[in-house]
This record gives sequence, C-alpha cells and structure tokens, in this order.
Amino acid sequence: MGCDAGTVAAAIREAAAVITEHRDELVKLDQAIGDGDHGENLKRGFGFVLARLDESTPDTPAAVLKLVATTLISKVGGAAGPLYGTAFLRAATAVGDAAELTPELISTALQAAVDGVVARGKAEVGDKTMVDALTPAAKAQGATVAEVLRAAADAAEAGAESTVPLVARKGRASYLGERSAGHLDPGARSSALLLRSFADSA
Amino acid sequence: MKKIINDPTTIVADALRGMALAHPGLLRITEDPAVVARADAPVRGKVAIVSGGGSGHEPLHGGFVGLGMLDAACPGAVFTSPTPDQVQAAVTQVDGGAGVLLLVKNYTGDVLNFETAAELVAADGIDVRTVVIDDDVAVRDSTWTAGRRGVGGTVLLEKIVGAAAESGADLDTCERLARAVVGNVRSMGIALTAPTVPHVGEPSFTLAEDELEVGIGIHGEPGRSREPMADADTLVAALLDPILDDLPFAEKSRVLLFTNSMGGTPLLELYLAHGIAERLLAERGITVERRLVGPFITSLEMQGMSLTLLRLDDELTALWDAPVHTAALRWGV
Repeated sequence: MGCDAGTVAAAIREAAAVITEHRDELVKLDQAIGDGDHGENLKRGFGFVLARLDESTPDTPAAVLKLVATTLISKVGGAAGPLYGTAFLRAATAVGDAAELTPELISTALQAAVDGVVARGKAEVGDKTMVDALTPAAKAQGATVAEVLRAAADAAEAGAESTVPLVARKGRASYLGERSAGHLDPGARSSALLLRSFADSA
Repeated sequence: MKKIINDPTTIVADALRGMALAHPGLLRITEDPAVVARADAPVRGKVAIVSGGGSGHEPLHGGFVGLGMLDAACPGAVFTSPTPDQVQAAVTQVDGGAGVLLLVKNYTGDVLNFETAAELVAADGIDVRTVVIDDDVAVRDSTWTAGRRGVGGTVLLEKIVGAAAESGADLDTCERLARAVVGNVRSMGIALTAPTVPHVGEPSFTLAEDELEVGIGIHGEPGRSREPMADADTLVAALLDPILDDLPFAEKSRVLLFTNSMGGTPLLELYLAHGIAERLLAERGITVERRLVGPFITSLEMQGMSLTLLRLDDELTALWDAPVHTAALRWGV
C-alpha cells in the first residue's frame, strides 16, 4: 500500500483524535511539573489542523506536513507550537516533492524532525523533554513504512518512560529542580502518543 | 472552579472585547490574531515597544499599552505564550519606521515564539531587537535550568524603556536602557494558594493551610521549596534577603521598591508587607526613592506576593517619573 498525501492526512486525523482522547492525561502530567497547558494547547492546535484539512486536500505528503506545521506554529503558542511546528516543517522539507513516502523517506523525515526540535529547543537527551522520546525514535529503520513507524513508536515510548526519574534541565519543569524527578515528561509523552498514532494508521 | 466566564475556550477573546469597550480612545484591539495596540499607533519616527505573554497576568501586558509605555501587547491563551504571527501582527501595526524593541520574559515558550517572530519581522525589513528579562532570583541561573524567569521586573522594564521611546530615544538607546534595567532588577515571590486555570478547572497545585510555596513563578508553576506558613515579618524578610544577596545592593543604594500582589492578596496585606519591606531596607541603609504597590503582574486569583528591587540612577529615575497613560498606570498626564 502506498503512503500518499491521503494516507498522511488520514494519519494526521488519527493523531488529532488520539491527542483529544489524551488531553486530560497530558494536562495532568503538565500540572505536576509545569503549568498544565500542554494537553489543551495540543488539542486546540490539532483542532485547527482538522479544520484546515477539511477545507483543502493537499496533494503531496509534504504539503500535508507543511499544513500541520504552519497551523501549529500560528495557533498553539507556548513551547509546543514552535517545537512541534518545527518538527513537521523539517519533515515536510525532508520528503520533498515525493508523491509517496518510502520507508527510507520516513526514516529521513523522522531524523530531520528531531534535528529541528533539538535546534529550536536546544535540549539534549537527558534534559527531560520531548527530545528524550524523539531521539531514539529517529533511529528507527524497517522494510516497510509500518515497520519504521512501529519501531519509532516503540522507541519513543521507552524514551518517554526514561524521563520519569530525570531532573528537568529545560522548559518550565526545570524551575522545580530535584522536585521534577519522579514525573513523566508531558512533551515526551505527547511525542510518544503521536508516533504511536502514526504507527497505528500505517 | 467558580469564575465569571461563559466558555473557557473563549475567555481571552471575550475579555479583550470588554477591555476595548472599557478604554475607548486609548486602545485599539484586534481579535484574530489578538493584539492590544495604542489607539494612535503607529507613531511616526518613534521606536515601537512590543511585549506579550500568556493571559492571566493582568494588567500585564495589555494594561501597560499607551502613552509612555508599550505600543502593543500580544496576549496569548491563558498562561500560554503568544504565537509568532500574533507578534508579527503587533509589530506591523505599531512600527513607526524607527525600529521595534521586543521585551520578552524568559520562559521557553515566550522566547521561542518571539524569536521566530523576530526572524519573520526582520525578513520584512524592520529593524527589530529583542531583550529578554530574567529577574527571578528564586531560580538557579545555570546550564541546569532554562535560566531565570522574567517576573515583576518586567513592569518596571516596560515603563522605563517605554518612557525613553516616547521621549524620542533611538533603538540603540532603548536597547541599551533595557539591558541596564535587566542588569539592575531582581525579584522573588511566594504563593499562599494556587491559581486555577480556566481550561483545567482545578488548582494548579495543592498547598496545605499551614504551607506556602517559596519562589513561585507567575504561571502557577510550583516554586522551589515548600515552607511552613509564617508571620509577615518573616515572609517579607524571606523575599528580600535573596534579592539583596543576589545583586550588590550596597549601603546608600537608591532603589525602586515594587510590592506586587499575585492577584488574590488584598491591598490591606500588601500595604502591610510593603511597610515591612521599607523598614528592612532602611535598616540596611538602602534608600527607597520610588515605589509601586498593587496587583500589576498577577497569576489569576493566586494569593501571594512578590517583591522587586531596581537599583536607580538619575537616568532611570527620570524615566520612571516620566508621564504615562495606560489602563493600569497613569501619572504626569
């Protein structure tokens, strides 16, 4: 089965549904070590993404990813808007004008997305951020698109879990110092949720 | 949660419509994207001063838009920084041809969004500079954190730089003054209760009746330590000592003392605390030359307060005294 613009759009719709479903969980995680807006902001942002997908059907995978990027950047605010927006924008650039995504292109896009997040947020693995989930996910390889995405989702989930004992060094949780340890990072969790939703749609 | 709202998802837009009606002739407010601008903007040949941040800190920032302070403010969703296209719209609305200075509180989201906006605006050929304020001594400033937060000092920064821009100072001068304020201002806050973010519906953290949180930020994020409740003398000293230790406020220093309510602490308690702070400073030989007391940078209905000290010189004092006419601060006009 090909991974064309329609397939990518369907995966984004699935991601929006997953974010909505987990909105309260992300709010709770963020309340524990941040300010509690992560779930609401992502839900709001993906709501705008759905509205824009309803208005137009982009004709390449890159165009779908770019629509997601520009919508998240212009509607979300906070740290999540520019970080996820940059991730989708870099992924869009990485896949170029391909009509269908190959497993290799998915791997390339994942790596480009993570590089973008690292450049914008200046966080490294171990800082207790979404980078802890995304960095291992970007190494995912596989013979099919579904295999790559499943490997990425598995790695992201393990990466997100690894944030629990960490002391935050970036983002608002860093103000808590030692008290941030013992909590799952909400950004790492939302990254894992997004990648799992993509894997499930593939 | 008990709040006077219809719908948590439209609270900012609904409030902005009311704010526009409350201040006709002073403010011009657009909704999508949300921008609060001076009614007479753009002022030709004047450096434009733009700030912004999450809503829920009123009167910051929209309440400080007007003559002698901000040209525009970008209110984000509650406790969420504004988006780059909001900042870009604000800059475009108020750019008077002499450049634009963005005043940004040091929070990850604010810095990322303003940084992105600055790139967009610069690409349009506007001379834009950014100064980040990080006055909160409660946060360890090191590679182990996102750096100190911007809190109470922001109000003083906006007033002083706004006055300079109003008097015709060029962009270089405004930027230099902004950095001088950032270098000479320090703050610290405490919370007695938590705020409730409307779209969350329950308090951001839980404090027992006999507990307080030391070193809170303005977004309902917990502070760095939890201490037993104490009397006002003890609390004010706990705020003042770390501030005085951080900057060499030498004997004979002249300062502006800003005693701020986080929203839920009434003026009765705030004036009481201010009196204690003045006494403690006098005991150290520090001269309080200017004061600001009230709820000016708040965290919804959170009970608590913050103290901010700014070391003054003649230039900063004159700019503080300069006329200002905004929704929240007005003197000299």
